[in-house]
Amino acid sequence: MTALLEVRNVETYYGPINAIKGVSLDVADGSVVAVLGANGAGKSTLLKTVAGVMNPFKGTIVFDGRPIAGLDADDVARRGLSLVPEGRQVFPFLSVRENLMMGAFARRREADLPREIAAVFDYFPRLRERERIAAGLLSGGEQQMLAIGRALMAKPRLLLLDEPSLGLSPLLVAEIFAIVARINRETRVGVLLVEQNAQRALDLAHFGYVLEVGRIVMADTSERLKQKDDIRDFYLGQRDAGVRDRQRWRRRKTWR
Amino acid sequence: MDPWTTLAQLIVNGLAAGCVYGLVALGFALVYKATEVVNFAQGDLLMVAAFAGWTLIEVAGLPYAVAFPVTVLLLAVLGFGLDRVVVRPILGRPQFATIMLTIGIAFAMRGVVSMTWGPQARTFETPFSRKNTPFFDVVLSDVSLSIIAATAVLSALLFAFFRWSWLGIAMQSASQNQMAAYLMGIPVKAVTSLTWALSASVAACAGLLLAPIALVDIALWLVILKAFAAAVLGGFGSIPGAIVGGLLIGLVEQFVGVYLLQEAKGIAGYVVLLAVLLVWPRGLFGGGERKRV
Repeated sequence: MTALLEVRNVETYYGPINAIKGVSLDVADGSVVAVLGANGAGKSTLLKTVAGVMNPFKGTIVFDGRPIAGLDADDVARRGLSLVPEGRQVFPFLSVRENLMMGAFARRREADLPREIAAVFDYFPRLRERERIAAGLLSGGEQQMLAIGRALMAKPRLLLLDEPSLGLSPLLVAEIFAIVARINRETRVGVLLVEQNAQRALDLAHFGYVLEVGRIVMADTSERLKQKDDIRDFYLGQRDAGVRDRQRWRRRKTWR
Repeated sequence: MDPWTTLAQLIVNGLAAGCVYGLVALGFALVYKATEVVNFAQGDLLMVAAFAGWTLIEVAGLPYAVAFPVTVLLLAVLGFGLDRVVVRPILGRPQFATIMLTIGIAFAMRGVVSMTWGPQARTFETPFSRKNTPFFDVVLSDVSLSIIAATAVLSALLFAFFRWSWLGIAMQSASQNQMAAYLMGIPVKAVTSLTWALSASVAACAGLLLAPIALVDIALWLVILKAFAAAVLGGFGSIPGAIVGGLLIGLVEQFVGVYLLQEAKGIAGYVVLLAVLLVWPRGLFGGGERKRV
């Protein structure tokens, strides 16, 4: 079976900086895929490139059998690929309800709107209480929920999540990840998740990639990734510090 | 004249002038919120609309009720085209460049109008010209009443548009977070051009309403000076602020002109503007528009 999303040898520049140096990855329909990586590994750039916010310098991106590399972001969004950007990016002066309405802009079905909004409130009950409040006044966690709910309003086939845990308390992170898992189970929407919180990401995902300075250095099922020493070492923090410092160098070398 | 009659007429005249200032200021606000461009050609759009209206009514012989919507539509196309062809390529450049650009557009429009229609002032017939409506003991001019009524209707329509319509909310979202608007599948570029079209059509309404009292003349563009004060007074970028600011300046001018000093009429609005800015530097309605970092 061909994948829902196929990224092949993509290179992206941030001005003069080569942020993505030839990345290939697949997301199967209905699956959850995590991309792990430290700060500056190129995770956000990768998602922005897939979503059409940035243009790739090289490589192909195929979504649902059609090439989408280099298309405008609004065009990509209308094809069923929704990016929940880093830092939420809700519309601060619009109400929660209007934010959700804008999520459905591509389809603009007035009649379906109440039912679809109710479905989002079913996943995120906290938003229902805030329906008429300006999104800028919500807490960070609520804004993250709104951003995910807004993306769901487009009825996407693939949801791209850029660091949903950013700046949230561990409890809220757990809540949001549980909801994302439920959304994936119930709607069969594919999820491509980029995270620094490796533990949470691997618990949620079926498959994982490790991105380091613009390159994929590891790819495996999340069960197996969780068992690997390097992952336990650098992303899950499950070794003692002494060994970690000494081995850091050598291990990184072996990945290339 | 009976003092109460004078007062009532002053209020109506002040409101009518204020409505025109308010509508032009509203045009500023729309474009400014969408693109952070201050469109100094807003007054010239109004002037072009007055000339277009004159041509349709006096030359083509169309009835007022047809000429009005046709002119508004023509100006909408002009506004759309200005954004698409002239302003779009310069967005993202320093603010100074966009200011010079819109001033340049303004001069170009003045030039084209004076070449096409010539410099002499003229007027056109409207259903409201030279008619009055008695209201108790006071006689009010129909032109002033038409301006006030039309502005009220237009404000209500715009309010409903921004509150409930897909496009209206999409315009707001594109101005609040452009990238997120793209991610929603909103065609931001087209929406921005439509905002320019809307702003130009509002200017067209103002121009057609104003023409019966002010004559169709190139100097009509000068209304921008009052409208700019109105926009700043209301809080730049605020839509209700633009209308309220316009009404205040229109009323103050009339009152100062009659009760204080005829010569001070022209500057009274600016004096009020300065006084308000000393107390509320962001204008009357500008408080909540602070940017998040």
